[in-house]
Amino acid sequence: MEFYEGACELKLLQTLEGHTDRVWSLAWNPATGTAETPLVFASCSGDKTVRIWEQNPSPSSSSSSHSSWNCKAVLEDTHTRTVRSCSWSPSGKLLAVASFDATTSIWENVGGDFECVSTLEGHENEVKSVSWNASGTLLATCGRDKSVWIWEAQAGNEFECVSVLQGHSQDVKLVLWHPTLDVLFSCSYDNTVKVWADDDDDWQCVQTLGEPNNGHSSTVWALSFNKTGDKMVTCSDDLTLKIWEMDSTSMQSADGYAPWRHLCTITGYHDRTIFSVHWSSEGIIASGAADDAIRFFVEDKDGLVDGPSYKLLLKEEKAHGMDINSVQWSPGEKRLLASASDDGAVKIWELASLCTGQHVLPSIKMFYLSIYHGHLKSHQSVITFFLGQSSGNGY
Amino acid sequence: MVSELINANPIVYEKKERRARSMPTAVEEYAVEAIDQQEVFDILSLQLFWITFTPTVEHCSMATIIGLCLRVKLSRSLPSRYKVDIRVAPGSHASESAVNKQLNDKERVAAALENPNLVDMVDECLAPSYN
Repeated sequence: MEFYEGACELKLLQTLEGHTDRVWSLAWNPATGTAETPLVFASCSGDKTVRIWEQNPSPSSSSSSHSSWNCKAVLEDTHTRTVRSCSWSPSGKLLAVASFDATTSIWENVGGDFECVSTLEGHENEVKSVSWNASGTLLATCGRDKSVWIWEAQAGNEFECVSVLQGHSQDVKLVLWHPTLDVLFSCSYDNTVKVWADDDDDWQCVQTLGEPNNGHSSTVWALSFNKTGDKMVTCSDDLTLKIWEMDSTSMQSADGYAPWRHLCTITGYHDRTIFSVHWSSEGIIASGAADDAIRFFVEDKDGLVDGPSYKLLLKEEKAHGMDINSVQWSPGEKRLLASASDDGAVKIWELASLCTGQHVLPSIKMFYLSIYHGHLKSHQSVITFFLGQSSGNGY
Repeated sequence: MVSELINANPIVYEKKERRARSMPTAVEEYAVEAIDQQEVFDILSLQLFWITFTPTVEHCSMATIIGLCLRVKLSRSLPSRYKVDIRVAPGSHASESAVNKQLNDKERVAAALENPNLVDMVDECLAPSYN
């Protein structure tokens, strides 16, 4: 599928309110979005709850803008601190929930009700991310204690820790399994992405993607794979996205692990930390950042002279009133994106192709902001505010 | 809290004088208040607060808690749409980049503010600013 700049528009379908604190993370149920099963996703928040949202199977669903979303369940009274991340098992039956209270809970969907069937303890403090592997047999968690844990799912919703991986020198922000292989990726406050693989039941770090090999120069917040799993995108506090490619031509080890290499860096588009990135099955990369904007990138097929490059397809300024913490494409046919923000809202968007016309950006506002940022950067040392004189209210 | 002062004789900086605002003197129904251009500019331009503070000694162990106090005070006082970046002044702290990175990692800040002991300490530090 080809995309042309200005040939798409982002339509806000619905704003979902309910969380009473910032929304940290979103996860679509991968087993939904078919003709029989309406789309479902989970959102988790600083309010210590998870909310389960379901699309109404409305009769007029031929027009997606009229279908609405309802909160079907609130998973509460289990975690005592922020719920940071959640992940559905591939079958969509289990939801794993990671919390700052140092535990990970496993919830089972029993006829529409969610029951907490297991609690995974072991991390010393905040658990920051959780991820299921492609077959649903392994679960990974990571956290502030710098470790990555791998758990094996056993009969009767029992989980056994099979490995505790030390290697990162700072807290680990996110873990994600490769979409087809049992290879685990973790990204960290130590600016690196580490790749973990299993060699005879012995999990170990097989590669570190850091600054020396064109990696990030600040915290890596998230990563995502393309549909086939031969490319990966990472996002960082260094204001860049980086594209990595699996180099299957140079097999490094006997077990056939293919190393990853830096392909290109998407730089100059983001003004503040990029917290989330997600690659759609069609090849559109969405990013959510602390500048409240959502951006979409596609591979630039014209720019192959200097190697592969990616271009901005669309930028939605002020997509939320505050930082955007998570952007996630839905499964299924429709090009739906869910976004979660510090403003406590979750928004459902549709990226629609335009037959005619162009998407007109609010150019005056952009012009103003660019002047402002220019001004700020040239006077960083001058613009120093102290408490008590920066604002007219509250002092 | 530490029992002894780390730096008994700190450099105390002058507070910048507050800019006088033009206020109508007469309280009458149709009084026209002149547009305060500076105030309008202030409101429009402050999308982002860039805070720089100078620890009194370069090994100050309280730098992160001071930064946390600044962040909490501003988050309680400002409308939520404002962005706040907090840094120690360049060259003023031995662990400058580590302190700056921690102060601007909102996940670590959020986790810290769920720690009752830290919140107590922050509240204690901020108490005088609410009088």
